Amino acid sequence: MSEQTLQETAEEPQAPIRVETPFRRFCSEFFESKIATVALVTLVAILSLALAAPWITPQNPYDLAQVSVLDNLLEPGEKAFAGYTMLLGSDGSGRDLYSAILYGLRISIAVGLASGVIALMIGTAIGLTAAYSGGRLDTLIMRAVDLQLSFPAVLIALMLVAVLGRGIDKIIIALVVAQWAYYARTVRATALVESSKEYIEAARCLGLSHARVVFRHVLPNCLAPLIVIGTVQTASAIALESTLSFLGVGLRQTEPSLGVLISNGQEYIISGRYWISTFPGVALLITIVAINLVGDQLRDVLNPRLKK
Amino acid sequence: MTVFIIRRLMQAAVVVFLMSLIVFFGVNVIGDPVDMLVNPEADQAEIERTIKALGLDQPIHIQYLHFLGGISEGDFGRSFIRGEPALKLIIQHMPATIELALVSLVISIALGIPLGLFAGIYPDNPISRAIMAGSILGFSLPTFWVGLMMIMLFAVWLGWLPSTGRGDTAVFLGIRSSLWTLDGLSHLFMPALNLALTNISLVIRLVRAGVREAMLQDYIKFARAKGLSANRVIGVHLLKNIMIPVVTVLGLEFGNLLAFSVVTETIFAWPGMGKLLIDSLLQLDRPVVVAYLMIIVLIFVVINLIVDIAYSLLDPRVRLKDQGT
Repeated sequence: MSEQTLQETAEEPQAPIRVETPFRRFCSEFFESKIATVALVTLVAILSLALAAPWITPQNPYDLAQVSVLDNLLEPGEKAFAGYTMLLGSDGSGRDLYSAILYGLRISIAVGLASGVIALMIGTAIGLTAAYSGGRLDTLIMRAVDLQLSFPAVLIALMLVAVLGRGIDKIIIALVVAQWAYYARTVRATALVESSKEYIEAARCLGLSHARVVFRHVLPNCLAPLIVIGTVQTASAIALESTLSFLGVGLRQTEPSLGVLISNGQEYIISGRYWISTFPGVALLITIVAINLVGDQLRDVLNPRLKK
Repeated sequence: MTVFIIRRLMQAAVVVFLMSLIVFFGVNVIGDPVDMLVNPEADQAEIERTIKALGLDQPIHIQYLHFLGGISEGDFGRSFIRGEPALKLIIQHMPATIELALVSLVISIALGIPLGLFAGIYPDNPISRAIMAGSILGFSLPTFWVGLMMIMLFAVWLGWLPSTGRGDTAVFLGIRSSLWTLDGLSHLFMPALNLALTNISLVIRLVRAGVREAMLQDYIKFARAKGLSANRVIGVHLLKNIMIPVVTVLGLEFGNLLAFSVVTETIFAWPGMGKLLIDSLLQLDRPVVVAYLMIIVLIFVVINLIVDIAYSLLDPRVRLKDQGT
């Protein structure tokens, strides 16, 4: 009862003024940049298009009953056998390219997100362990991280694909292994800085358990750089997956991501059928650039607060 | 100094050893070598004979020792498809890749430095803004897609350049290269430019940042105050100081170029190591894949070693810090 009155009296005089919560400040700073705003809107649009794919496309490109080989290699704007217009043309096996791109976006983004999230979790766990334990374990982990970062990600992914083979699960594993080190290094660096601050010392002096100090006090303060690196790494995971798929060592034809679609169009380029490779590539490019621009702005907005 | 180099060499040896473990056990334990090696239409007796002949009936650690023994003699096994020693195949394909990587380095310097200088000297010029926006795009564009678009534009629509292959090569100064023939050059241009895209952006950004920083410093002001021409200030005083980070970074990028050439070579059917790797991967030609991976690891370890030693020669602090830990 008394709490409620307290809240009411606290809120009433403030009601007309906009309270500056961290979230609102974050939003206003983020939307200061026009480019970043456009990028975010584009990204949201792409995500919703990918999510809504089954309801806004004329054809399910993987349902063989809906795909007719008679429709193959139609130019953009031509009418399909089933009556609808193929806005972006069709590929060599008669799939409507517009539908295939939206379904491909789903796979590309899903693979990028899945590997991003798993790499983030593994990298964070390893980075926190290194920072919190220190000593020999820390040296060992960081040696491994340095070693891995001295090889380009594409090479590590190729190496793993050579060992594991093709398919969604294997590509995700390869991407996670290729990327965990970036997260581990970032988390360790931030966690070391945070651990030396007074509030962590205070938390330790209160006799809180290690787990509580790490997860409730250190980790939340490492989130800002993690979010930034997470967006950028997800974009590069999408690019890496499409590169592997294009090379024919990534996803299979039955799980066509944008990279597979582009690769399918390669043989038709010489005969001037530009659309099969071009349009999926444009979709891929827009997605990657939008994520990178959002990530850039996040870095600018989140960084100054780290310094404070 | 000697101690430092010996320590680094030992670390490098450990890395190569670990990588051989990972590659060998990766291919042999996670993947099924019998599946990969034996003709799928072979009958049971033949399968067993092959397993025996390849030593696959031995315990895994014996197999690994065999593998190590083979490596130390430069023997990675024979290619299943081409019937030649794997190492020989890789070495045959290496010059084409190195040529591609070197030419693409030259392109990134030749394009990146003037563009970066312009963007740094006139930061508010609309052309500079366009250059900087272009450099962001250069980082984001998927290399393989740009390659396809280049083929479409230059080979299919305009018909200026051949789309694939290496073209004629000739020997000059004892080096066989496609640089010496017109046909070779026309084949080389597109793949090299494609491979150079990321590095052009990188050089533009490095040079621009360097120019912006150096312009404010006393030695530039002094050179101007002496009455030197703008060309001399930029060409001699400014450029010399900017080139240090550019050369360092590009040196480090050389290894990345070798790795990324896998993509470029596949698009343009350039007969280098990268294309050999992808072909072998798709044909399950295991000895060639293992040999490629071990050799590229070796190349990277050597590059990193050279960089480390060069740094420690230039900057004694690196050495001291290493001895401290």
